[in-house]
Formats: sequence, C-alpha cells, structure tokens
Amino acid sequence: MAKIVYFAWVRERVGKGEEELDIPVEVKTAGDLVAWLATLGEGYEEALRFPKAIRVAVNQEHIEHHESIAGAREIGIFPPMTGG
Amino acid sequence: MTARPIPTISVQPDDFDAAAESRKLTNGRKDVGALVSFVGLCRDEAGALAALELEHYPGMAEAEMQRIAEIAMDRFSLLGLTAIHRFGRIEAGAQIVLVLAAAPHRQAAFDGANFVMDFLKTSAPFWKKAHGKDGHSGAWVEAKDADDSARDRWLTE
Repeated sequence: MAKIVYFAWVRERVGKGEEELDIPVEVKTAGDLVAWLATLGEGYEEALRFPKAIRVAVNQEHIEHHESIAGAREIGIFPPMTGG
Repeated sequence: MTARPIPTISVQPDDFDAAAESRKLTNGRKDVGALVSFVGLCRDEAGALAALELEHYPGMAEAEMQRIAEIAMDRFSLLGLTAIHRFGRIEAGAQIVLVLAAAPHRQAAFDGANFVMDFLKTSAPFWKKAHGKDGHSGAWVEAKDADDSARDRWLTE
C-alpha cells in the first residue's frame, strides 16, 4: 500500500486529496503509475490525460517519469508548480 | 573555519515583516556588506483579481525550500538566507513570498536571492488559484516557460 496525494487541479479533477492504493507490481516507474492511475475512473482520466504535464514526487522528492517508484510510502501527483 | 549559517525557512499562512526579518539576519554582525530583499506580492491583474489561493504540499514545500536555500548558501557563499512563503487566501496587494540574502558583497547577495526565487518558482510545490473580483472562482495559474528558462540559466553557467 502506498499513500497517493494529489494537489491543485489534479486534486480537483480526481475529486480527493489523498488515498491509499495497492499499486500493481507491473507498475514500476512514475510514468507507469500516472498511466495506471488514469485507468481508475473518469476523474482520474480527465486529470491525467496529458501525462507529460504531471509531476511526481516519491517520499516528498521530485522524480522523473522514467524513474522507479520502488520503496515509495507516499507519492505526490501534481501539475507544474506556480508558487513564488 | 566557522560552520555555514543555517538558512531560515518558513511556510506559513500569516503575513511577514520584511524589515524585522532583515534585522534578524544582520543584528549583531559586522561581516555583512550586502543584504538583498525580495518581496513577491499579489497583483490585481488590472483590477480583475480579488485574491490568490495558494495551495502547497505540506512537508515537501519546506523540504524543497530548505534544499534550494542550502544550495544557494554554498554556491554564493552567503552569510545568511531567509525564505518565507505564505499559503492560503492572499488578497490583491498582500505579500506572498520573501527572500533575503546576506553576503559580504552585493553581487553574491543579488545572485543568491535571484537563484532562490528562480528555483522556488519552478520546484517548490506551491500552486496559485485566481479568484476574480466578480466572485468567480477562476482558473489555476499556469506554469510559464519563462520561469523554466530563468531557472535553467543557472544550470549552464
């Protein structure tokens, strides 16, 4: 089980801020995860339809889509940042 | 050789006092020759915007700001650095972000503050949602390519 946390318009479209999910073993990278999450329902599909625009953080550190999510306790899924 | 000063990082809903923070950074020391202060404020977009709503990733926002601040401390040999970023609803005209960089000379202080802002905008997990004056809850502010370019110039120098 991993905790998935969503922010900004990804959170709004998914319809929740966080959830615990059993991630299938074949989902190995951040890119795999985004693609798998998009299959979980209409809101997810809408939120993640442009995967390249989605940022992923594992245990609160940014990772690239080709990088592994092994050992993740918490995975953040969010759009590009606009703070400052 | 004294240990590198520890940057001060805060992610908070409350407003900040730039002058008071500046004094904290320079009080009791005589080695600071330059202090650069940057304050980012909420623009009203020619009267159309009532407020911004700042969302953040609790925990990661602080960690990422800390990481950026420590890189800046080392890269520009800063004597002190303070970075404060607010979250929650911020009315037009109000302050959003503060970066203070202290150094022996001005160039390092300017560069340090600039570096922190460029990375903060592109890698610290904060998002802005615009609330219009008409009461309409508007769109999420889109990330700008110009912000990525501003960050990337530090990677090639």
